[in-house]
Amino acid sequence: MDTVTIINALVSGLLTGLVYGLSALGLSVIFGVIRIVNFAHGELMVLGMFMALLLFRWFGLDPLMAVPIGAAVLFAIGYALQHFVVRRVSYLPDHMQFLLLAGIAIMLVSGCLVIFGPDAQGVQLDYALDSFAIGNLIIDKVRLYAAIAAVAVASALLAFFKYSSTGRAIRACADNYLGAKVVGLNVDRLYALTFGIGAACIGAAGCIILLLVQVHPYLAPAYTLLAFVVVIVGGMGSLFGALLGGMLIGVSEELASVVLQPSMKTAFSFALLIVVLLLRPQGLLGRVAR
Amino acid sequence: MTSKKSAVTGKAIRRRSVLAGGAAVAAAVPLRFAAGQGKTLKIGLNVPRSGIQANFGQDSVRGVELALEVLAGKGYPKVEIVHVDNETKVDVGRAQAEKLIDQGCTMIIGCYDSGITSAVAQVCEQKSIPLVVNVAAAPQITDGRFKTVFRNFPTGPMIASDAFLLQKEVYEIAGKAPKSAVMLHANDTFGTSQKDASVRLIGNFGMPYKFEDVISYDPATRDLSAEVRKAKATNAELVWIITRLNDAIMIVQEMVKQRWVPMGIVSTGPGPYDDPFLKQLGKLSDDIINMVPWFDPNKAMSKAMIAAWSKKFPDRTLNTSVSHSFEATLIALDAYKRAGTSEPAKLIEALRKTNIADNVTVGPAITFDDKGQNTKTRNSAIQNRGGKLVSVAPKQAAVTKPIWPMRAWNARG
Repeated sequence: MDTVTIINALVSGLLTGLVYGLSALGLSVIFGVIRIVNFAHGELMVLGMFMALLLFRWFGLDPLMAVPIGAAVLFAIGYALQHFVVRRVSYLPDHMQFLLLAGIAIMLVSGCLVIFGPDAQGVQLDYALDSFAIGNLIIDKVRLYAAIAAVAVASALLAFFKYSSTGRAIRACADNYLGAKVVGLNVDRLYALTFGIGAACIGAAGCIILLLVQVHPYLAPAYTLLAFVVVIVGGMGSLFGALLGGMLIGVSEELASVVLQPSMKTAFSFALLIVVLLLRPQGLLGRVAR
Repeated sequence: MTSKKSAVTGKAIRRRSVLAGGAAVAAAVPLRFAAGQGKTLKIGLNVPRSGIQANFGQDSVRGVELALEVLAGKGYPKVEIVHVDNETKVDVGRAQAEKLIDQGCTMIIGCYDSGITSAVAQVCEQKSIPLVVNVAAAPQITDGRFKTVFRNFPTGPMIASDAFLLQKEVYEIAGKAPKSAVMLHANDTFGTSQKDASVRLIGNFGMPYKFEDVISYDPATRDLSAEVRKAKATNAELVWIITRLNDAIMIVQEMVKQRWVPMGIVSTGPGPYDDPFLKQLGKLSDDIINMVPWFDPNKAMSKAMIAAWSKKFPDRTLNTSVSHSFEATLIALDAYKRAGTSEPAKLIEALRKTNIADNVTVGPAITFDDKGQNTKTRNSAIQNRGGKLVSVAPKQAAVTKPIWPMRAWNARG
C-alpha cells in the first residue's frame, strides 16, 4: 500500500472520527453526570437527522445551518425526558433504567417508521461531491465541513462546562451529588439540564451526520453501538475521551480498510474495544470508579 | 371410563369426547386444503417491500401487477395475489412463506434476494409448494436439492460467463480494452456468489486483464470511502461492481469525490440500472455498463409489456426487477392454465413441462432442466445514457454502440 493512500486514509479517518466523537459526546455527558446509560442514544440522533431532513426539504436549509435548531429541539426533548420520565425511575436498579430507555428507543423507531417509512433518505447539496486537493491529498469537502462543525460544537460544550456557572454547577453534581445538594444546588433541574445538553449534542451530531449518511429508522441501533464503543474506548464520562475515542475509531477503521480488508473495519473497532477493556477498563481518559 | 373436570367449564372431559374432537379437527384440515384446491389459485408474493432492498421489491410488485393486466388480455386465467413483505430479512422471509401457505397459497413467487430465496425454498420443499423465483442468482438454489423450485433467472456463474463474453464484444467494438481490473462487491449471498463465479471463471475467457484486488463490503454500510480508496490504490483501469442500490450510489459518489476516472465501470448486479440511481446521480450515472438479465425489446410479449409499463408508469424505467417478475407471473399463470387446478402437485408437474416461446427475456423459449433451472436464458449489456438504459450488446439486441472508455466526471455536459 503506497504512502499517499495511507495519508489520505488517515485524514479521512480523522475527519470521520471527529464526527463520531461528537455523536458520542451526548452519551458521555449524560452518563458522566446523571450516571444513566442512554440506550435511546442512536434513536435521538436519528430524530435529529430526520429533523434536518425535513428542514432541508421544506425550507432548503443546509443541515449545517440546521444544527442550532436540531440542538434546541433535542434539548427540549431531553430536558422533558429527564424531568418527566427518567427522574422518576432514578431510584430503581440499573437494569430497570436500561429497560425504560430501551423502551423509549423502540417507541422512537416505531414512530419514525410510521412517519417517515423504512427507506433511506438523504439531502442533495451543491457541494456534496466536491473535494479539495492539496498535492496528492484529496479531502472530501462535506467530511471537512462536518468535522469543523463537530469541533465547533464540542468546543462550545467544553467551554460551557468550564467557564459558565451552570456548567460548573453541573460538574459539581457529577463530582459529589450529596455535596451539591448540601450547598443548595437544584440537582433535579441541573440533571434535566444535563440530559437536555446531552440530547442537544446528539441532535447537533444528527444534523451534521446527515451530510455523510442517508437516514432511515433502522440506523439507530448502529449509532447507539458506535457511541458505546467510542465512549468506552475514550473513557465513560470524559468529554475529551469521547473525542479521542471517536478519532481513534475513525482512523483505525480507515486504516483497517485500506491495509487489511474493508469488511474487517467493524471487527477492527471492536477488537480495539476489547483491547482497551482488557488493558485499561476505565477507557483511555476515564477515571477509575471509587 | 376416564374423565377429568375442565378447569374452565367445570364439565367432565371424557376420553371419547377428546377422540371425537380430535377426529373432527383432523377431518377439517384436509377439507380446508381440498377447498383451496378447487378454487382460484392463490399466489403468495414474497418480496422485500422495506429494508435495504425495498426499491427492488416494489419494482417486483409492479412487474407482477403489470403481468396480471397484460396476461388477462391474452387468455390467461385469473389468480389471487397475496402480498407480504419479507423486510429484506431471511428469518422474516421464511416466516412469511409459512404464513402464506397457511393462508391457502399453493404457489409462491419471490424472493428477490438469494439468501431469502434459499430459506423460502426450504419451506416450500417441506410443504411441497412450488416456488417460482423472480430474481435470485445464488447457484445453490437450483443445485438439485429442491424439487419444487423453478428459476427463470441466470445463476451467478451464468451471469459471470455472459459478462465476460459481453465485455469482449464491447471492447472489440470500442477498440480499447482494460489491462487491469478491481472488483468491489457486496458481501451478501448474491454478491459473494457472483464474485466467486467471476474470479473462478475469468481464466476460461482469455480476458485482457486480471483482477488486481477483490474488495468486499457490507451492503448496509454507512460509508464506502475506504473501500473506494483501496480500489483506487490499485490503479486498475476497469472497475467491476456487484452492488445493491445505496452502495452503488455511494461508490460512484466516492469515485467522484476522490477524483478517480478509470477506463470504465461495469456492473453485474442491480443498482446502477435502477431509477433512484439514475435520478440521484444524474449525468454521473452515465456510461456505466450493466451486464445483467434483461428483456428482449424485439419480442411480441416484451412490446406488450413495454407499452403497458409506459402507460402505467410513464416516469419510471423498466428494469430487471420488473421484467423478471413479469415473466415469473407468466410462468405461474401458464402452469396454472395447463394444470387446470390449484393443487400444488399438479402445478409442480405443469411447471416441469414449461415451454413458453412468447416471453420477454433474452434467450429462447422458457424451459426448466431437472433441477428447476432455465439454463438457456441470456444477459444483455445495457449502458446508462442520459437517464435512459440502452442495449449495446449482444449485437443482435444492440440498439447503439457503447461509449467506451467512459467520459471524465466533469466532461459530461
